[in-house]
Amino acid sequence: MQPIISVKDLCKTYSSGFEALKSINLEVRKGEIFALLGPNGAGKTTLIGAICGIVNPTSGQVSVAGHDIKTDYRAARSMIGLVPQELTTNAFETVRADVSFSRGLFGKPANPALIEKILKDLSLWDKRDAKIITLSGGMKRRHMIAKALSHEPDILFLDEPTAGVDVELRRDMWNLVRQMRETGVTIILTTHYIEEAEEMADRIGVINKGEIVLVENKAELMRNLGKKQLTLLLQTPLESIPQALSAYQLELADGGSELVFTYDSRGERTGITALLADLGKAGIRFKDLQTSQSSLEDIFVNLVSDRT
Amino acid sequence: MNWRAVKAIYMFEMSRAFRTLLQSIVSPVISTSLYFVVFGTAIGSRINAIDGVSYGAFIVPGLIMLTLLTQSIANASFGIYFPKFTGTIYEVLSAPVSYLEVVLSYVGAAATKSIMLGLIILATASLFVPLHIEHPFFMLLFLVLTAVTFSLFGFIIGIWADGFEKLQLIPLLIVTPLTFLGGSFYSIEMLPPFWQTVSLFNPVVYLVSGFRWSFFGTADVGIGISLGMTLAFLALCMAIVAWIFRTGYRLKT
Repeated sequence: MQPIISVKDLCKTYSSGFEALKSINLEVRKGEIFALLGPNGAGKTTLIGAICGIVNPTSGQVSVAGHDIKTDYRAARSMIGLVPQELTTNAFETVRADVSFSRGLFGKPANPALIEKILKDLSLWDKRDAKIITLSGGMKRRHMIAKALSHEPDILFLDEPTAGVDVELRRDMWNLVRQMRETGVTIILTTHYIEEAEEMADRIGVINKGEIVLVENKAELMRNLGKKQLTLLLQTPLESIPQALSAYQLELADGGSELVFTYDSRGERTGITALLADLGKAGIRFKDLQTSQSSLEDIFVNLVSDRT
Repeated sequence: MNWRAVKAIYMFEMSRAFRTLLQSIVSPVISTSLYFVVFGTAIGSRINAIDGVSYGAFIVPGLIMLTLLTQSIANASFGIYFPKFTGTIYEVLSAPVSYLEVVLSYVGAAATKSIMLGLIILATASLFVPLHIEHPFFMLLFLVLTAVTFSLFGFIIGIWADGFEKLQLIPLLIVTPLTFLGGSFYSIEMLPPFWQTVSLFNPVVYLVSGFRWSFFGTADVGIGISLGMTLAFLALCMAIVAWIFRTGYRLKT
């Protein structure tokens, strides 16, 4: 399938000499929720800025549904709605006027009914004639989303949509994103909350120090995450794994005093009962046991720290 | 052309002026009245007529120009600086609008506001002195050209400025002296020959002179030169704005 956003060899070096993006290659598929995960300063916002026209890339190409963002910027940009990370608002405007302004800015004819629907969906309708400066932080965030949705974009960029947002609003935000996806909108969100990526995304991309470290289906990642480990602390250390236990995925650790069994916690049979029975038969005794599960966070931390 | 975007930005900018209608209209009316009381009546009664024009009437074009220049610069520089300062500029940068459309809407709104002010001052002035406009078409032409040129200039300052101090710097250090020394309140023929020559390097002289010619049919410099210099300054500002947008100077990192 033709990707809706295609980024090729995108580089950005700021005038200070800081390399924010180092030859980024990325494709986002139509209709998916793509989570861009990375620590602070990894280049998430710069990447979004380059795609949306706020940052001038140093080199490389970006196309949005086949439209080059430089030569065909009108077509490219009119497809995109952007909700930046910072809460920047036209403080003295009223909510409805400001959302209508955004629609006009993107060249769409006025549509009060649509604006009403968007404001109602975001629970802002009661505040439609309030000045933006009087809104709470969460309302301002929703107001910015309303602005981005006002011109019916095909692609929605949410740069850290839930940073500094309370739990309830975060749930609302996630529901909203899912609803948007059902209407066919492609969503790219950046976050440094791993649970958010886990909860929302179809695919996850990890960016660190200006480089894409990994792009993977969430399901694929979760399969890896489904792996659990059972560690048995043996009473007497083993020199090697006995032949009788070769059918199990076993490893010796800590000089033979620990036996580590890796299994799929989602499988119908984990094999733990059989293993323990076979251990008994082989006369291997253990004094303690513990299980551990690798989380997306572990994988993420490993990926990110490998590169440092 | 994305005319809807031009309209949206234009109306957005104009609504800012209408929100502060009182200070937008009342303050220029009051300051103009003060100028007339001080210069026109108190001092002007002791100054001879210049080229057959009473001093009170003589300073009207200069007063309008003074406001036109300062207000065009103030409106346009603030109009583009403020979204840069608050960060809301992201929306304009990410919108499907061309640079031409951005300039057209911001500069158009700033120029509209200062033209309205110019006309308000003209109306106020007519309460103090009998006014006859010799060349109404040229009067409007100079009004529009000056408003547009200096709104462009203000737009450049607004983009260049990275702090509120800088926003004030050029208007205060350069534009105000140039305006006061540009013959707003006197004919440059009143100056010693050396300073007359120096004055010819002041672009404001040509604006005031051309504008005054459209009122009274007489001026310090020929109307052709005045018009030419105004257009040249307009072209210079346009060239700078074009360069700004081509390079993304201070707008896109």
